[in-house]
Amino acid sequence: MEEYAASREIEELVHREFPALASEFTDPVGRRRFLQLMSASLALAGAGACTRQPRETIVPYVRQPEEIIPGRPLFFATALVENGVAMPVLVESHMGRPTKIEGNPEHQASLGATDARSQAAILTLYDPDRAQTISNRGEVRPWGSFLAAMQLAMTGQRAAQGAGLRILTGTVTSPTLAAQFDSLLKELPRARWHRWEPSGRLAPRQDFIYHFDRADVVLSLDDDFLSCGPGHIRYARDFASRRRGAAASKQPFRFYAVESCPSITGSKADHRLPLKPSEIAAFARALNGGARLSEQQAAFTDAVLRDLRAHRGRSIVTAGDTQPPEVHEEVRRLNAALGNIGTTVVAAQPVEARPVDHAASIAELAADMAAGRVSLLLIVGGNPAFDAPADVNFAEALKKVGLAVHASLFEDETSAFCHWNIPLSHSLESWSDARAYDGTESIIQPLIAPLYNSRTAHEVVAALTARPERSSYDIVREHWLKTRGLDEQAWRRALHDGFVAASSGGATHQAPGTYQAPGTYQAPGTRTEAPGTVEILFRPDPAIGDGQLANNGWLQELPKPLTKLTWDAAVYVGPQTADRLGLAAGDLVEVRAATRSIRMPLVIVPGHAPDSATVHFGYGRRRAGRVGSRVGFDAYPLRTSAAPWHTRGEIVRTGETYPLATTQNHFLMENRNPVRVATHEAYQREPEIFRHMGHTPPKTLTLYPDYQYTGNKWGMTIDLDACTGCNACVVACQAENNVPVVGKDQVIVSREMHWLRVDTYYRGHLDNPETYHQPVPCMQCETAPCETVCPVAATAHSAEGLNDMVYNRCVGTRYCSNNCPYKVRRFNFLLYADFTTPSLQLMRNPDVTVRSRGVMEKCTYCVQRINAARIESKKDGREIRDGEIQTACAQTCPAQAIVFGNMNDLGSRVATLKAEPRNYGLLEDLNTRPRTTYLGALRNPNSELEKRDLSRDRHEG
Amino acid sequence: MAKADGRRWGWGPNTNEKMTDYPHERVVDATEYAPAPVIGPGHTFGSLTDKISAIVLTRRPPLWWFVGAAVSFALTLMLLVSLTHLVLTGVGIWGNNIPVAWAFDIINLVWWIGIGHAGTLISAILLLLRQSWRTSINRFAEAMTLFAVSCAVIFPLFHTGRPWLAAYWLFPYPNTMGLWPQFRSPLIWDVFAITTYGLVSLAFWFVGLIPDLATLRDRSTNRWMQMVYGMLAMGWRGSAIHWQRYETAYLLLAGLATPLVLSVHTVVSFDFAVGIVPGWHATIFPPYFVAGAIYAGFAMVLALAIPLRALYGLEDFITNRHLENMAKITLVTGLIVVYGYAMEAFFGWYSANQYERFMILNRATGPYAWSYWALIFCNAIAPQILWIKHLRTNLLVLFIVALIVSVGMWLERFVIIVTSLHRDFLPSSWGMYYPTVWDFSTFFGTIGLFLMLMFLFIRVLPMISIFEMRTLLPEAQVKEVEDLRVL
Amino acid sequence: MSQIFHRSTNTLSRLSIFGGLIIFGLTLWIVAGVNRSGYVTQAGIAREQPIQFSHAHHAGGMGIDCRYCHTSVEDSAFANVPPTKTCMNCHSQIWSDSPMLEPVRSSFRSGEALSWTRVHDLPDFVYFNHSIHVRQGVGCATCHGPVDQMPLVYQYSSLQMEWCLECHRKPGRFIRPRDQVFNMEWEPPADDPGLGARLVKEYGIADVEHLTSCSVCHR
Repeated sequence: MEEYAASREIEELVHREFPALASEFTDPVGRRRFLQLMSASLALAGAGACTRQPRETIVPYVRQPEEIIPGRPLFFATALVENGVAMPVLVESHMGRPTKIEGNPEHQASLGATDARSQAAILTLYDPDRAQTISNRGEVRPWGSFLAAMQLAMTGQRAAQGAGLRILTGTVTSPTLAAQFDSLLKELPRARWHRWEPSGRLAPRQDFIYHFDRADVVLSLDDDFLSCGPGHIRYARDFASRRRGAAASKQPFRFYAVESCPSITGSKADHRLPLKPSEIAAFARALNGGARLSEQQAAFTDAVLRDLRAHRGRSIVTAGDTQPPEVHEEVRRLNAALGNIGTTVVAAQPVEARPVDHAASIAELAADMAAGRVSLLLIVGGNPAFDAPADVNFAEALKKVGLAVHASLFEDETSAFCHWNIPLSHSLESWSDARAYDGTESIIQPLIAPLYNSRTAHEVVAALTARPERSSYDIVREHWLKTRGLDEQAWRRALHDGFVAASSGGATHQAPGTYQAPGTYQAPGTRTEAPGTVEILFRPDPAIGDGQLANNGWLQELPKPLTKLTWDAAVYVGPQTADRLGLAAGDLVEVRAATRSIRMPLVIVPGHAPDSATVHFGYGRRRAGRVGSRVGFDAYPLRTSAAPWHTRGEIVRTGETYPLATTQNHFLMENRNPVRVATHEAYQREPEIFRHMGHTPPKTLTLYPDYQYTGNKWGMTIDLDACTGCNACVVACQAENNVPVVGKDQVIVSREMHWLRVDTYYRGHLDNPETYHQPVPCMQCETAPCETVCPVAATAHSAEGLNDMVYNRCVGTRYCSNNCPYKVRRFNFLLYADFTTPSLQLMRNPDVTVRSRGVMEKCTYCVQRINAARIESKKDGREIRDGEIQTACAQTCPAQAIVFGNMNDLGSRVATLKAEPRNYGLLEDLNTRPRTTYLGALRNPNSELEKRDLSRDRHEG
Repeated sequence: MAKADGRRWGWGPNTNEKMTDYPHERVVDATEYAPAPVIGPGHTFGSLTDKISAIVLTRRPPLWWFVGAAVSFALTLMLLVSLTHLVLTGVGIWGNNIPVAWAFDIINLVWWIGIGHAGTLISAILLLLRQSWRTSINRFAEAMTLFAVSCAVIFPLFHTGRPWLAAYWLFPYPNTMGLWPQFRSPLIWDVFAITTYGLVSLAFWFVGLIPDLATLRDRSTNRWMQMVYGMLAMGWRGSAIHWQRYETAYLLLAGLATPLVLSVHTVVSFDFAVGIVPGWHATIFPPYFVAGAIYAGFAMVLALAIPLRALYGLEDFITNRHLENMAKITLVTGLIVVYGYAMEAFFGWYSANQYERFMILNRATGPYAWSYWALIFCNAIAPQILWIKHLRTNLLVLFIVALIVSVGMWLERFVIIVTSLHRDFLPSSWGMYYPTVWDFSTFFGTIGLFLMLMFLFIRVLPMISIFEMRTLLPEAQVKEVEDLRVL
Repeated sequence: MSQIFHRSTNTLSRLSIFGGLIIFGLTLWIVAGVNRSGYVTQAGIAREQPIQFSHAHHAGGMGIDCRYCHTSVEDSAFANVPPTKTCMNCHSQIWSDSPMLEPVRSSFRSGEALSWTRVHDLPDFVYFNHSIHVRQGVGCATCHGPVDQMPLVYQYSSLQMEWCLECHRKPGRFIRPRDQVFNMEWEPPADDPGLGARLVKEYGIADVEHLTSCSVCHR
């Protein structure tokens, strides 16, 4: 029956720009199909529940690989590459199909956690829109003819010592690839290797590794270390564990954030000072007594300094990659003065191989190209025609290149300008290597043979050498064997562990190393003297990054932290700026900087620094694929190589408005205390304080007798003090449970399907509010309101306390959703699941039903994992161990905020956490007895500054 | 004189009632205590039978009938298209979403079911109460009930995500899954309540029709009509034993139907009262819904009766007394409903429950405040003019009020369902609901279906019970009196 | 006036009342029957296979253990259909040139997998796990019937939910000692009626609430 719907729904979801009501009327369905369908359903009705299965076949192996037991997944350690840096992962593989990505618990950079983007990488792997064929000027060619073409071109280059040869990559941390380039450049001294990583660290500098778990006081200068940068996973873990320690003990932890655009890092601050980009440098100088500030800022600075000095050697001052070198220098001096260096702050070599100033590098390349000095250009990854700085005019210059080769995952904007296009293999299809934030090296091994006719970067680069035919395995293996002496045993160990242990020749810069940045470059962001009343920040989109992930539906539909915006980029401004400019949320505004201008919808973000605005780049892709093309607005036209992170300009309203799809529209708590907050001091004084913030009805208050749980009794706690709202859990859940993507028009009518959402609430004055994040999965209520109203018992309590949802039994009355006070149930209003695209069939988790149209669905604590563990434990004749089952969200959470376990096992982590006084149930006054409970959030305000914050709170709207 | 007068007071204040206004001023005459007649004077068994059966048998339907039938048939086709698209594409073609998972679908269900109430009330309860004035209106009131119910049942079935399963999984039968429905769910109670109500109403209506069907059989000249009416009349010959059994059966069915008037809408109200949503979870719902249903039902009967009697010149049978009585009932039930609104607000405040308080506040001041105040106007303010006798007896006014009330009752369900759902407990999940083209096409489609059935009904069946009207004639009265004397 | 209907109409109409009732009841009964019949459940219908593989010959006649081919039955949800290699273990030696086995040999040569027709096909929303059933003493024959006497395998049980529930509601009536699981001849000992109950306790088989929780089979 669904087939009828299928065809139309798919294209509807993919193509339609307007909300559902607009174009439905022109629907061509005829009475004949109606009768067909009705008769079909009547036949069903008549014949009862008989759904005769289509004839299926079983295709066994011819020679079955030893390690494979059909029906049981295998896990392999490898690494993904984000902005060039390794993200160590374990990948679940079902009979050769990678289906789910987890963090690598052995690896220092992950400790088992990942972020939203690595969770979504699996979808990019199976993306049907990936580049699939090698082509030359649009014509399909075999790999051989590409090699031939390269050899031909290279003979010319060798003659000229590579004078006309240019290579452009993003950030490279792969030792093998770096070595390949080195040898190439040694052979051809006049060739050049340029770098452009739009959202990476543009300016090379001394790197530092922070140990937040050892710090008592932290000050961040616009450093979003919890969600950006190579180390954010590990940092989030350390940060959370330190806070957890603080909650338990009398040793408080305090975090000050100074930033322009509200970030999730800033949202965790005990005190947050919104400053314009230009003011931050002054603030940094003031920390070392180098500048005068306004009275209010001075007060803040003094308090912070006093606090920092009170914790010498146990404090951290950080500055973000978007900050100019002088700020980093001030910060280094301050850390040195505070005696943090070597204890909480460890100097280290940059992880990037052969660091250069990206902005300068791409500018130089573009200049050469425009001048016609480039006869052979090899672009490995990246999409410069789209994301290069506007002033270098890369696309135009590209036309003047003799022979341009582009190796990339997608046929994108750049491919359109290149002669040769080589599909690049996904990390999960490749042999390669990469370094993590701390320099630890990982060998990247393929989980699956390339789905399409793609090659790895190593193979593409090798095409320029004398030995073009080598496979990437040979190249990588040889590098490690020759230059690093990694023998077979160590190699296998490295593959198994997911990283090269220092003992076996792997480089980690745990030992302090100093690095001198090459001096000759224009510091980005120093030229902000451009005219304009508004300072404009450029930031990569919080969901899809610099735009290369634009075709990933999971990320497109991922509600961006704080704003909950999906499917679009927007201009973020603070409320007071919006008032001053007379702008309202949803206005389509024109942002002007110098001679350039873009159009973008406006979003008002509480806590944004006054007189400044943030535009996110990455949207407005023209050749991204069927999901990402022509979605949102492009901000790159404003971004120049001189001022890649912020500039000055104007914001002008166009009078038009633009529909934005947000998943949350009300951000105030309305005195319902969904998030319970107390100061650390008050909590120490009165631990029961969280319990008093709500009313808990007596256990006797129910019609039905209490159920006695003989076996396991599942439960979950979510620590709101640890949660950073990074969204990793949301995508992890989506990947684990085959949760579909619905598209912008469906999100607008609030039909998003996420089983787990992260709510954001503001408290205090909206110019600089306190911000709280609350992940909301199904509460698995003990007295579940949804269960009693389902007419067909499609949702019922299990003997282990789960609130089971039986998709095949559901007829879709939606009564359960109405009766769910948490609104965590999701309904397939249309056929959202894609039953047709073959590559997406491979991606699905085989242990979870793919829900069809007209069916209610929701979180079930990853019951497929519970069942698997239960079966294993029964076969071994033992109880399920604590921690043996991890829900997808809990497993991926960098902050370990989510804990799942058996409440009947009093020794379990979840049981101990539920015994904590911070533990409370959401809306527990409704007597739903939620099984998912929360640990209240703690703040540790500095008494000196708290006064002013309070005076602010009074005039709250 | 009556006829002449009848014309004169057809549209406008009722003059010949005036004399009873100030009885004390006049010499009292026994006859004056008798209520105004429920049937125009000057009728005999024959004339009466002719007049009613003629509509079906001989008279060619007037032009307006064809026009009306055509329009309503077009709307019915629209309904068919809407449902087709719905089943092929999914509930997503409507505006429903999370949090507002129920909207027009359930609003319309409750609205139609409510309308369906007057029929049974008039037929059964007024029969048991010996309200002789019911006879001329009960027939089409019952028909209206049936048609309203058949419109209503469309929604609970088609609003589900998978109607082809819901159609039978909601009924308990020994299936291969070894599963039963979940009897704690009000939706299951609905299934039984509504089915029972529909069946009993149908039986009641049909039994009431039998003697008239016989009349039609006997009077129809065309062979086919004789066959058809003959079969439906089930061999009725009007012998004493027939009458005796008929009376018993009819009375029994009336007794059976009476509790249903209360039960159906009580059960429907449980859909909400059992839920925990603020604005649903209220003990007042059952009585308040039943009253509302009768309110809506009578409004609809008026809205149909007034034009019908004018168009077919039935002023003698559906007299002003009928209309005025119905107006009074409308007014009373309307007041009960208003009391319901007042209590909801009071509870909201008195419960000291922040969710309840917010719900009331949100109704009155939230994004959907317009619907709340429109509802208050339609259901609470507009009907009050029925206190004034000469307005109450002014058919045009009465007709308009009836329509306003029907709208108001629809809005009431909108407020209860949409406004309550769109902002419930967690501020983070608050949302808005906007209906789509398809919401409206489905709704108006059912109105079309209802009207089409109505048009067919008045064409092929006597819209007024012929034989019961006969009992109202003076001759019949006299006989009764004599019988009494005999006893 | 003349009669419209013949006298017999009275009888007819009376009949039709009862006739209607009877027909209604009859249809319900037939529907219920059809739903449980082989026509719907596909039970008892032998499937054509690319190779006329006879379980009766291999398992019954030669007594090859089930697990020789269905290797993962004890540790995976899926019992596994053997790779061509398994066939060739023997058939490279015996019947190595039988024309009947040509498909096997060609598959082995070409690496082109054989594709067997699925006999036991549960709906995709049902998650059955062989390993735990085998572990808890559910014999192969309990669900699959006398496979060792099937020249061509057919589905023995209805595989309908009510059939699953029979056992999930009263496991004691169906399970057997673990060492008898793969024994196709095993019969519950007549002299020991309490055996099932004892095994349930011994194997720690969960109570009915657990076994009949929806999520045990549906996710």
